[in-house]
Amino acid sequence: MSLPLRRLFVAGLRRRPLGASLSLLAIALGVALGLAVQLIHDAALDEFGRGLRLLAGEADLQVVGPREGFDDALYAALAVRPEVAAASPVLEVRARLPGHDDSLRVLGVDIFRLPAVQPALLPVPAEGVGQFAALEPDRIFLSAAAAAALGLDMEQPARLPVQSGVTEHVLRVSGGVPGAGSGQALAVMDLAGAQRLFGHVGRITRIELRLHAGVERETARRALGALLPPGVEVLAPESAAAQAGGVSRAYRVNLGMLAAIALLTGVFLVFSSQMLAVARRRQEFAFLRALGMTRAELRRGLLAEGAALGLLGGMAGVLLGHGLAALAFRLVGGDLGAGYFDGVRPVLRFEPWLALAHGALGVAAGLAGSWIPARDAARLVPARALRAADETALEAHPRWGACAFCVVAAVLLCALPPVGGVPVAGYAAVACILAAALFALPGVAALAVRLPAGSGAVPWRLARARLGAAPGQIVVAVAGVVASVALAVAMAIMVAAFRVSLDDWLARMLPADLYLQASPSAASGYLDDEALARVAALPGIAAQAPIRARQLRLAPGHAPVTLLARPISADGDLPLVAGRIAAARPGADPPVWISEAVADLFELDVGDTIDVPLDGRLLRFEVAGIWRDYARQHGALAVDLETYRALSGDRRVNDLAIRLAPQADAARIAEALLDLFGERTVRVSSAGEIRALSLRIFDRSFMVTYLMEAVAVLIGLAGIATSFAALASARRREFGMLRHLGFTRAEVGRLLALEGALGAMLGVALGMLAGGAVAWVLVEVINRQSFHWSMDFHVPVGGLAIFAAVLIALAAAAARLAGAHAMRTAAVRAVREDW
Amino acid sequence: MQKGMEGRCFASLVCMLLALAAGRAGAGDDVEPAGYPPVLPGYQLAFPRDGGAHPDFRTEWWYVTGWLEDAEGAQRGFQITFFRVRTRIGEDNPSRFAPTQLILAHAAVADPAHGRLLAAERAARALSPLAGVEQGRTHAWVDGWSLAWGDGHYRAQAADGAFSFDLRLRPDGPPMLNGEDGFSRKDADPAHASHYYSRPQLVVSGTLEVGGRRVEVAGSAWLDHEWSSGLMPPGAHGWDWIGINLHDGGALMAFRMRAEDGRPLWAAGTLRGQDGAAQALDEQAVHFSPSRHWRSPRTGARYPVAWRLEVTDGREGRARAFEIVPLMDDQELDSRRSTGAVYWEGAVRLLEGGREIGRGYLEMTGYAGRLRM
Repeated sequence: MSLPLRRLFVAGLRRRPLGASLSLLAIALGVALGLAVQLIHDAALDEFGRGLRLLAGEADLQVVGPREGFDDALYAALAVRPEVAAASPVLEVRARLPGHDDSLRVLGVDIFRLPAVQPALLPVPAEGVGQFAALEPDRIFLSAAAAAALGLDMEQPARLPVQSGVTEHVLRVSGGVPGAGSGQALAVMDLAGAQRLFGHVGRITRIELRLHAGVERETARRALGALLPPGVEVLAPESAAAQAGGVSRAYRVNLGMLAAIALLTGVFLVFSSQMLAVARRRQEFAFLRALGMTRAELRRGLLAEGAALGLLGGMAGVLLGHGLAALAFRLVGGDLGAGYFDGVRPVLRFEPWLALAHGALGVAAGLAGSWIPARDAARLVPARALRAADETALEAHPRWGACAFCVVAAVLLCALPPVGGVPVAGYAAVACILAAALFALPGVAALAVRLPAGSGAVPWRLARARLGAAPGQIVVAVAGVVASVALAVAMAIMVAAFRVSLDDWLARMLPADLYLQASPSAASGYLDDEALARVAALPGIAAQAPIRARQLRLAPGHAPVTLLARPISADGDLPLVAGRIAAARPGADPPVWISEAVADLFELDVGDTIDVPLDGRLLRFEVAGIWRDYARQHGALAVDLETYRALSGDRRVNDLAIRLAPQADAARIAEALLDLFGERTVRVSSAGEIRALSLRIFDRSFMVTYLMEAVAVLIGLAGIATSFAALASARRREFGMLRHLGFTRAEVGRLLALEGALGAMLGVALGMLAGGAVAWVLVEVINRQSFHWSMDFHVPVGGLAIFAAVLIALAAAAARLAGAHAMRTAAVRAVREDW
Repeated sequence: MQKGMEGRCFASLVCMLLALAAGRAGAGDDVEPAGYPPVLPGYQLAFPRDGGAHPDFRTEWWYVTGWLEDAEGAQRGFQITFFRVRTRIGEDNPSRFAPTQLILAHAAVADPAHGRLLAAERAARALSPLAGVEQGRTHAWVDGWSLAWGDGHYRAQAADGAFSFDLRLRPDGPPMLNGEDGFSRKDADPAHASHYYSRPQLVVSGTLEVGGRRVEVAGSAWLDHEWSSGLMPPGAHGWDWIGINLHDGGALMAFRMRAEDGRPLWAAGTLRGQDGAAQALDEQAVHFSPSRHWRSPRTGARYPVAWRLEVTDGREGRARAFEIVPLMDDQELDSRRSTGAVYWEGAVRLLEGGREIGRGYLEMTGYAGRLRM
């Protein structure tokens, strides 16, 4: 572009600083949110993947089982196979640390097998500790990140208490695991010591295999796979990593979509600001055309304006995005509070390509927003535009046909299945609903004007007339409101539905008064019969129900599911959505109740049978019902505790649900329980506390969502402000005329506020409608497909009403403020200006 | 042969494990070193029983060294050693992985065409069927390497990237008991002793693969089997040991232990005549003196690779002077990257009056500085 052109167009942005800076802000926010989500997840996944590779080392194949592991005789059986050059057994345990909230990932290893397969895991004894101290059962070696998390100085000999069952054992910290790098929090100790310490003698959780040169991996995988008991798989290390990446994919895509929507709102803002600017500068463009500028040049100039805005916004967004990501790492960790990547401490890195791509997104947003205004400007006929100076060229025809098409498309898209676990069609349906709302806007605005007005004050009639006279401008100003309100309302309804359903679910899942827990189910604390007997002997306890949670691999290629054994005998013991609670019938397969995720992922229904691998055996169950489970995204199977114990002989217990005798003092009994086991080793919570904590975690997970919602509303409001600022300055003569006719300045202001409120009302009403529809898609399609859980639709009517009222009031205030500048001009000058 | 044993031990992984055990027992911990049975004089060795493992003792090893000749007349040395260590760790742990017994192995081939040793090692906790030792007959194995007695011969197998061998070793007679009927003292203090016998004059046949070329080989070898709970004498820094098959059918084993300044602390040996009758050589009867040194370009260690050895032959009542000459100078085992052990273990010829009268192996430890334990 030539210099004069650059001055003419790009510099034109400086003449409307408010509109330009708000557009810039919106683009920057959209880019920043998108980039931050991407950066955070890339870093977290990267570090998570590094952790997997660290564990896999140079392995060609890995044999994995459930969290509780498998028979360790399998190790020797595989190690002697002709395909196998080297094999390394690992027992991975989440060691509960007494007095700590976090658990520590402990790898029980055979140091003699590490060099050939996983050299990075080799423990290095501290100065003065013997080379083979790593064989001693009370020695533990910490990675730098683990030592830092525990606040241990590796130079000093330290003692580390860990918990197994309800017993505390003290280990000697004897060195480091330098190969683990800085981001992996883990500990290494001798396999035999770990097996005994954590009560896992005879079990390991994985075997890493290196094959002989020349052995084809897939052939070996099949041959070795035939030797494995049910529930144990042999995988290529990459597929394990892919499985892990899949875990958080739906969550990531959801966040990415929110960022995309923020960016889209930014596009709207650019569009509305440019559209109005074009309207205001008609005369200027007509002159330019008359002076010989071609259409293409004019168009290019306007696009350059948008691109310049997008570039600035994109650059600001890239900076802001890195800032946000850094803040998120500090405050909520690498999974944005969702709990996917435990024990991983990712570090923020600058990714040039990612930054460049997101900067380019900003430019694209600027260009997209300017596209139609630029086209319209290029089409104008110079002679006419020169004469009709004040006439806005904006036209908005009702688009009922397009609207109907989008509605039909949305309905059809909702019926499609997810693609690779991501509800692509669902997102497309949301886009269709938004588009339908925007297409409906002009028609709705026109209809609204025709509504019987009744009598009213002059400003009221004027405002209505204005709405009727210039629907195009209203459309532009209100479109942003529609979009942002729709999104905010949709999110609000979805979160409310989720929260209400979760609360309800918690009440069903936690029927007892007190819960005694030796550790989170994945970690090394547990209760045994002796502990249960001690609890039963306490006075004031009416009944106790043990709960056992284990992990199973139901089918190759699927993430492990949870097996939940608890007393299930009466209706209400599980939050069922299908089937019923029935006792086991003699001779028939024992009943199992599957969570919705299992029903979806394994395509099971009530009445089907399912083979469950338990301790190397396949046991057949009949699906008696489907229940709702918000706690285990990969799915859960619930079986009656007695059935489970009879089949498995496993008498360990993770949680104990305790019902108190009438008149028993819950606080006193909680105290007594803590005294019994020591407050460092067990946690006692009331059902109410667990509920409160769960809801707190829920709110934390949705923190990002709340933030995005606020941003969307802010952008919508900003849209109103910039539109009205632009309109107001174009209407200076009108205001001057009104002042001549006897309007006070305050009355003109009220007129503007009213116009803003009317427009916002229209937008809010349409936005609410669209939002309700989007919320339905979120609840019934997107959530169901992403996380495989259903929820009860719930509209927070009161909250939405307040939200709508506040938004309309804010819009009125924004319009009034935006017009303030134009109203300041002396009335006479304003009227004379154009003559 | 006490010195030989201890020397080898010092130079290997085993030593570190021993040091670990010793450290646990002695270095300030109030744990008694006890728990290992002592080595006492008067124990009657019986075969094949005592060819097998004695897992109660702290350490035990089977050490095979020998000379091989292929059809083209090329001479090479080979070595394969299995160590067993009782760690006293996890003996009450029911886990199959409890590291109560460790099995370690070294194997090496000395090929003058290559100029230096080809060596490899294996280490594992005893865990059937991957690694272990058998009681009642000689059988030790780890990760595909093995040494086993059966059908009147030993079979030694080892394979690594650079070499592999599969050899049969047939003894010509009963085992040669060292020291006092197999009770071999390591020091003036009899607390430092081992049970120790040798099988010299093993007739070797089998295959050897070096540099990708597999050849049929034949030769003669020597097996040492020794077990002990006793520690290396205090003040010992290293040792020198030989085991030589004499061309006349006899055998000579001799060792000495050195202090840090090179002063001999203890020496002993066994000389077996043509007729198979063995005589124990006491401290006065064995005298080593270096005659030529070689410096390792890798470690900088300076080894006396050629020796003069004076032995008083009690039966003939005369002193005999031997010369020890290496097959090649560079037979240093440098495993600093894995175990940190550096020692010299190589094929040598024994000369008397300038004439070769036997071939065997020489081991020298403690020349590359005291090993980090």
